[in-house]
Amino acid sequence: MKYVLMFVETEEFAKELEAMGEREREAAYEAVGRWFAEHSGKITHHTHLAPVHTATTVRLSGGSEPVVTDGPFVEGKEVVSGFVEVEVADLDEALKLARSWPACPIVEIRPAS
Amino acid sequence: MSGPCPGQVSQEVLARVVREHAGRLAACLVSLLGDFSAAEDLVQDAVEIALRRWPDEGVPDRPDAWLFTVARRRGLDVLRRETKYHAKLAQLCWIEPSRPDDRLRLIFTCCHPALSRAARIALTLRVVCGLSTAQIAAAFVVPEATVAQRLTRAKRKITEAGIPYRIPAADDLPERLETVLAVIYLLFNEGYLSSTGDCAHARDLVDDAEWLATLLADLMPNEPEVAGLLALIRLHRARGAARFDAREHLVLLADQDRGLWDRQAIAEASALLMRTARAHHRPGPYQLQAAIVACHAEADSLERTDWAQILVLYDMLLCLTPSPIIRLHRAIALRYAKGPEEALAELTNLEKALARHPLFHATRAQLLRELGHNAQARECDERALALTANPAQQALLRERLGWS
Repeated sequence: MKYVLMFVETEEFAKELEAMGEREREAAYEAVGRWFAEHSGKITHHTHLAPVHTATTVRLSGGSEPVVTDGPFVEGKEVVSGFVEVEVADLDEALKLARSWPACPIVEIRPAS
Repeated sequence: MSGPCPGQVSQEVLARVVREHAGRLAACLVSLLGDFSAAEDLVQDAVEIALRRWPDEGVPDRPDAWLFTVARRRGLDVLRRETKYHAKLAQLCWIEPSRPDDRLRLIFTCCHPALSRAARIALTLRVVCGLSTAQIAAAFVVPEATVAQRLTRAKRKITEAGIPYRIPAADDLPERLETVLAVIYLLFNEGYLSSTGDCAHARDLVDDAEWLATLLADLMPNEPEVAGLLALIRLHRARGAARFDAREHLVLLADQDRGLWDRQAIAEASALLMRTARAHHRPGPYQLQAAIVACHAEADSLERTDWAQILVLYDMLLCLTPSPIIRLHRAIALRYAKGPEEALAELTNLEKALARHPLFHATRAQLLRELGHNAQARECDERALALTANPAQQALLRERLGWS
């Protein structure tokens, strides 16, 4: 089955990342690199999003002019920061991947087609 | 098995027969069709027909074959357009359920952590125990439509999110087993705590919980926590007859007639616990809770209870699962081991965490009363009364407050 894992960053996580020394940050990036290498056979696609302050949202309300606003579609303390698409047998396998994710603290799993 | 006379099939017999066979049939059909939802619908239809007909016609000699035949016929009918299911069903004849019991897979799927807790409970009752939607709704006092919607949503999630139908891999097993045990324990608590001694009006969830724990213990003989949960449930039930008085009011441990306790059941459950501890040397929360209950159950009076041992067990339990509720129960044991002042001091440490917990205030009331602070005790009982929704607890507190 195909699943998308959505990586969600929190404010605390962003702060932690910011507070890290260079060496620590490098180690964190390396852990992410290792995760991708380890699961490369299952990952069919991945996207890392630019920070949320770059987001623009368009609301298409039928008939009237689309409304363009600065910012993400939901203002919140938790923002999606990237995706991977994986091909695995079932939800348990997708859960296993998500559990071993070494970076941001929330991962949403959705079946995809 | 030969059926009882027509017209005389009790709810209890019906429940037992359905429980024994519905889960097996579901396990078999899920394997065959590879579709959890479709298989479950067929079993449920068959069960509902059985529940309508068996009370008058009697339970057939081979209830498993009967249920299978009805489910198959129904499947051939409703799945006509789904050729692959139809072909599989058409070829199928009832196999003796001698092969390895597939119900373990069924249990793990129903208790998958990707389902909500309410859905896990409803699904387990429905799929593994064979309860109808109406029976589940009645047991939890919620509208039938709510249960139906919960079940539909859960079954859709199983299919669409790809929740597997299998026993988890070894590295996932401890955690997943914990989820299963939690479902059974919740079910037991729901049945045990909400019961009023008058079981005539509702399905006895305690029976279902014990049955599930027994099944799981048979299927997973090498998991000491499963045996621990089974022993825990049996030890509680062995004292069930003393929990309510003739007016169906809750009787506290201190006031229970210990002559009503089932000594043989207590001895058997304690022996199970001992055997398990010796064979595995892997204590866990359920084994420890059961050991605490065993200490109470084996004592012939409150005073002659091994309170020192109970304190040790609570300390071990707190190491494994630190929680303010367990500390509260430990404080109650402390009252008997060391005296009310020490217990009251311990409660003060828990005040913040348990401010909304009725048992906290009721316990504090009792300790205060023992120490002669009657006005403060009354206040605490009033607090507890305002916080509990449980009718038996309400009655007890009202009595203490002299309002009844």
